[in-house]
Order: sequence, then C-alpha cells, then structure tokens
Amino acid sequence: MGEALAIIEAKGLAYAYPGRTNHSIKDLSITIERGEFVILTGPSGCGKTTLCRCFNGLIPHFYGGKLEGDLTVAGLNVSEHSISELASRVGLVFQNPENQLFALSVEKDVAFGLENLGMPREEIRERVDWAIKMTGVEDLRDRAPHELSGGQQQRVAIACVLAMQPDVMVLDEPTSFLDPLGAQTIFEVINGLNKKLEITVILVEHRLDLASKYADHVIIMDRGKIILDGEPRKIFDSEEARLIGVGIPRVTRLYQFLKEQDVYLRKVPVASEEASQLLREVLVRDRG
Amino acid sequence: MIEVKDLYFTYPNDVEALKGVSLTVSDGEFVAIMGQNGAGKTTLVKHFNGLLKPSKGEVLVDGVGTKRASVAQLARKVGFVFQNPDHQLFCETVEEEISFALRNFGFKETTIKRRVTWALNLLGLTQYRQTSPFMLSGGERKRVALASVLAWNPEVVILDEPTIGQDYQQKETLRQFIVQLNAQGKTVVVVTHDVEFVAECSPRVVLMLQGKILAEGKAEEVLTNLSLVAQASLVPPQITQTFLELADLGLPTNVIKVHDASRILLNLLEVTP
Amino acid sequence: MSVFEGFKFRRVSSPVHDLDPRVKFLYVCVVFAAAVMFSELLPLILLLLIQVPFILLAGVQRAWLKSMRGASLLALLIFVMNLVSMYLYQGQILLEYSLGMTLRFLVLVESFSTFFLTTSPDQLSLALEQSHVPYEFSFAFTTAVRFVPVLAEEAQTIMDAQRARGLELERGNFIKRVKNYIPILIPLIVNAIRRSLELAEAMESRAWGATEKRTNLYVLKMRGGDYTLALISLSMLTIAIYTRLYLPVPSIATLLHL
Repeated sequence: MGEALAIIEAKGLAYAYPGRTNHSIKDLSITIERGEFVILTGPSGCGKTTLCRCFNGLIPHFYGGKLEGDLTVAGLNVSEHSISELASRVGLVFQNPENQLFALSVEKDVAFGLENLGMPREEIRERVDWAIKMTGVEDLRDRAPHELSGGQQQRVAIACVLAMQPDVMVLDEPTSFLDPLGAQTIFEVINGLNKKLEITVILVEHRLDLASKYADHVIIMDRGKIILDGEPRKIFDSEEARLIGVGIPRVTRLYQFLKEQDVYLRKVPVASEEASQLLREVLVRDRG
Repeated sequence: MIEVKDLYFTYPNDVEALKGVSLTVSDGEFVAIMGQNGAGKTTLVKHFNGLLKPSKGEVLVDGVGTKRASVAQLARKVGFVFQNPDHQLFCETVEEEISFALRNFGFKETTIKRRVTWALNLLGLTQYRQTSPFMLSGGERKRVALASVLAWNPEVVILDEPTIGQDYQQKETLRQFIVQLNAQGKTVVVVTHDVEFVAECSPRVVLMLQGKILAEGKAEEVLTNLSLVAQASLVPPQITQTFLELADLGLPTNVIKVHDASRILLNLLEVTP
Repeated sequence: MSVFEGFKFRRVSSPVHDLDPRVKFLYVCVVFAAAVMFSELLPLILLLLIQVPFILLAGVQRAWLKSMRGASLLALLIFVMNLVSMYLYQGQILLEYSLGMTLRFLVLVESFSTFFLTTSPDQLSLALEQSHVPYEFSFAFTTAVRFVPVLAEEAQTIMDAQRARGLELERGNFIKRVKNYIPILIPLIVNAIRRSLELAEAMESRAWGATEKRTNLYVLKMRGGDYTLALISLSMLTIAIYTRLYLPVPSIATLLHL
C-alpha cells in the first residue's frame, strides 16, 4: 500500500458552491489506489455528488469558487488543470441517462469526446468500435438515443466515457432510473471494466444490496465529511453506518440480528450467495 | 373500488401497451404493481384517473366508467403522485402549490387554508409554507408533491415509482408513511420495481409483463416464486434468495422480511432471544 | 399535421439518400432559382415533373404525397388570391398567371420536401460543419433535433400531471385557457434549463472545447453520383438562364390554339 499506487489523493479538501455560505465538503482526505472498485455512499446531501465533480475538475472550473486543499487525480492536480486535460484521465457518468447523450446515433455519441480532442479519424474509429464492443452495445450502434431504454442509454454513456480510455471512471448514481435487472447489467459492465482493464471505479450508489459484492473499498460520507473509509464488510457491520442511516445489504442486517443473540457467522455477508453458504455452515454444525 | 375489465390500450404511435388486463382493487387495499420498465405499469394506473381511456374493455371507478368521465372528476377521488415532482411544481410558494388542486376542485378559501396547514404539517413542511418550491432540495420537493395530492383527501392514492433517487432513510420514512395512509383507510397503489421496498411493506403484489398480468397474490407468495420474478425481470429480495438456497435444510420458502428471517433462524437454532 | 410528415427524415436506403447533402442542396437551390425565373406554365410544369424521378428513386413517394396534400390548401389560397388581385389590379382574369404562381409554390414544396425526406439531420449538420460553419451551430442544430421528441414527451407528462390535479385545459374562455397553460409552461421551461445544465456538465466532462481543430468520425466525400447530380443541376441552371434570356416561352393558351 505505497503512495506510488495511489491514483487519487485528496488532502484537506473543502468546497462551497459560489453563493452558498456552508461548505458541501469539509476537510476531506482520502486515498484511492489504482484498480480499486470503490463504493461511495451516504445520505442525500452528504456531499458525494460534490466530491465526484471535484474528481474530474467540474469543481472548480465549471462551477467556479475555490477548491481548498489538494486533490491529485492520475498525477494531475485538479485545480491546476483544465477539465479537458483531466477528461482523458477521469471519466464521469451521470445519473440521468437521457442528458448525457447528444448525438443522433450511438456511434456518433461515443465518438464525441474523441472528436473534441481532435484525434485523427482512424484512431477515433478504432476506439469507438472498441468501446462499443466492451460495453456490449454493438447491436445499438446506429440507433438514436431516444429509441433506447434507460439501461441501454447508460451502457452507451459508459461507452462514451470509456472511449477516452480514462484511468478512473466515476459514476454518480448511474442506476437511479433503472429497474433491478438494468442496474445489475450496469454493475456487471462496470465490474468487467474494472477487472479486465484495471480502470479504477468510483461508484456512488444507494442500492448497496446489488452493488456491494463488487467493492473492495467503501467510503461513507455524511454532512460533507468522510465518516467511514475502508474494507466493505467491516464498514457495513459497523455501528456508525447504522447511525448514519445507510441502507446496508439485507443479509448484513440479518448477520447483525443473529450476532445480537450470540449467533456468529464466519464472515460478514453482503450478498445472498455468501449468506446462504455461511448460514449453511452454522445450521449443519448445529445439527451435526 | 377500481375495476379493470379486459383492458386493452394502444398508444397513438401504435404501440400496444396493455393486452387484456383484468384487475380489481378493493377499498382500503394496499397494492404494489411491479414489473420492469416498459411492462405497462404506469400505463395501467393512468387509466385509474382517466388520463388514458381504454382502447378496448373498460375501467370502472366506484361503478362509474372512465370513458365518459373527465380527468378532473376522477382525480377528485383518485390522487396520482407522479414520479418527478419537477413535472408539476410551478408556483411561487409551497402554500400556492398545495392550494392549486384545491382551487381547481372548487374548495372554499377557508377550507383551502385549513387543508394546506394540515398537509404541510403531515409532511413536515410547515417551515416552508412561504418558500419557493424551486429552492427546496429534491427530497423536500417530493414531499411537496405528495402534500399537494393528499391535501384534497382522495380515497385512492397512486404513487408512481416513489423510491427513485431516494436514500435509505427517505425510503424508510416513505414506507412508514404509506403504511400509515393505508391504515387510515386509504386505498394505496404503488407502482414500483423496488423489490426490497415492497418486501418490507408486504402489500398485495401484481406482477406485469409486456402489457399483461403475469401473476398476483400476497407479496410472500409472488416475490418468492423465482421463476415468476425472473420472468418479470426483477430480482428477488436478498433474504428470499438466501432462504431458497437453504430450502433443502427445511427452511421455509416464503420469507421476504429480515425480521422474520432472523426469528426463524433463531428458532431453528433453538436460541431464545 | 400531415404537411410536416412530408419533411421528416426517413431512414431508408436509396441512392438519393446516399448523395452528398451539399450537392442535394445545390440542386434544390437551382430548382428554386429556375422556379423564380419563370411565371409561365410550361417551364413550371416541366420543373414539377423533372423532380418525380428523384422522388421515385428515393422511395419516398408516400411521404412526399402527404406533404403535397398538406400544401394543397395553401396552394388553393395562393391561386384564389392571385386571381382576385390580378382582376382587381388589371381588370382581367389571368388564369395562366395564377396557375403559374400556384405551381411555383408547389415546385418549391416538392423540392424542399424531397431534400428533407432524404437527408438525415446528422448529414445536414455534417454538411454544415464541412462548409466551415462554426461547430457550435451544427451542434446546436443536432442537439435540438435530438431533444425534440424528449421535450414533446415531457410536455405531455407535465400536462398529465397537472390534469391529475384538476386542471381543465379544454374549459373556459380564451383568457382562462391561456392562463391554464402557465402550469404547463413553467415546469417545461424550468426543466429545460435544468436539462441544459446537465448537458453542459456532460459536454465539459467529455473535453468540449479542448481544441479549436475538432475532428469528425464521418466525412463527406463527393462520389460519382454526386458529381453527376452537380452536373445536372448546373446544366439545368444554364438552360434556364439561356431560355429566359433568349428564347420565347409560349403560354399554354398559345400552344392549345395551335
């Protein structure tokens, strides 16, 4: 766990939107290592969306105001580099699929960022084809965004960001408008990119029951500060998480109920497969 | 009471969204209409207040056919809370916003004032009476939208995807609120794909798939039927999945709530809480 | 409105659809110029007929007929107005002249309709870009076209939401009806502004404005068919100018008396 592996390093980060007196994030320090799958969660208004916008430079460059403290992403100091410079290192996928797609065909949308960067046509073509393949939207290539379902649109949005080949992909509640199966597909796509391409993923999510199993690092925020930062199972089982009011996975809650009555499972489960396995051990042991 | 009799509906762009749906929602029931996006859930409930009229078949609200009735008439009995509050907020103050429907329905000004105060109180918005709804946070705007519908005290309350974008605490508060509404005698219809939310409330569940009703019954029966849930493109509750995987050890197969699961397991292990 | 149906792009494959939009536009301009040069019936009828092969080749006959049907009302109006004004102005019934004005209008509708039916908004914006129109304009154009169906749907949802609160849009006198649209317009506008903000964020996040020299995934290249059409258009223009300047154009009346 050396500093050389850190892809994101924040020290004493603080920010207030222009015109607002209170800070949306206060004295925030985190380290995220290359290749991690991070889940960032917390109650509404805790500052997670603000933090996401810091990662790719929307704060301070688009929103104005001053970003206090230090934030380095993929080797670049966010305050000192423009959003377009950061764009090839950090990609941001937003909550509403409809408002991230501007072109009249999927292909053209995926090419958008690369066209902006002035890349030669052959390279754009290669990257577009690659990104479309990696996100599994090959059969949607010529379709217009309005014809696509929410889940398809989000996959295209991920392809648009992927085409720029960033080191880090930040996704701000990407499954809010999707049904459970659509959400699962998105998580699987993101997980694939994380494991196969070693893209560091920062996923802001409330739906911990579906997403937790992919994470190796969890950060919980509340009222602009980082309250918990570390290993997922330990954090979900903690008292603080319960007090903050985070929606931990149901099977973790079950683990806690059993623990209260002195029944211990070997590990803290976050998904149903592991929960049933752990319960089986206890039940069989009890009978045998 | 809402009766849906062999309802067919085709949109102007020739998409047949409902293909023979029959359903009865009795007074005071709590029903969750579930299914993937595009299954026809919202299309169905829009027939309950006359926003959509049947292409074939009929819909009766308290015995009155919706084809001839106006939306305003039906809306008086059937309140509809839309998914996105920003599709209805337009007034300068929260008070104005809540009064809007009351004025449309012809309530007297004195009654309106009283109802507004009551609705603000109910949803914890009293301090925002004179605030512009546009200044409020997302969660607060949702509450204003809900308040503006409850203010005219409809017998039936329909909520279209009320849990989207909400954090855990907000969902819990909403869940308790809905259960209370139902306990007070209101018929509540929730359109949602949030399985965990429904699991905690245990309403009657109607599963839809491609414009038809796939199945209906108690939440414990429908949500624990893996094949039905998979067909409807939903994900079963985590607790259900866990217990179904342990069915060979004799665990019951109709569990959807965490508390029940814990109780059953402790019983099995003969641990007295 | 059926007349608008005749201007909406159809994604069909045909040789006309594949032609370079810039050349198609040149053709439309030539037809426009020729139509304006003549008020006699004979050349206008010729112009009307000369476009038919293109329409058939593109396979858009049905949609095109819809646009013509939609325009027929306006065409009738033009005919009557010309007849009446000429009578009042010159004391004569100038049948051919009025018919000519009507035909001119129809020729224009015919050519523009064919153009829009066979050219996708994407191709249009590409043509604009390659004609050195600043990218902001073609981007604004495609984004507008892309969001039209979205905004239309949103307007419908807002109307539904307000009707569900007892708003009656069909009732009341004129003033009341106009006032009733405020609960529709305000959410529509507010949401449009919110949407623009989100779009701007997404654009910035994908390096909008990174460099002046923006490249494009597609490129318009002139091919055989394009050069052919260009040649045809320029020939048509030459013939039209020559005819107008040097040749007498007989009226139908004269022809019939022959």
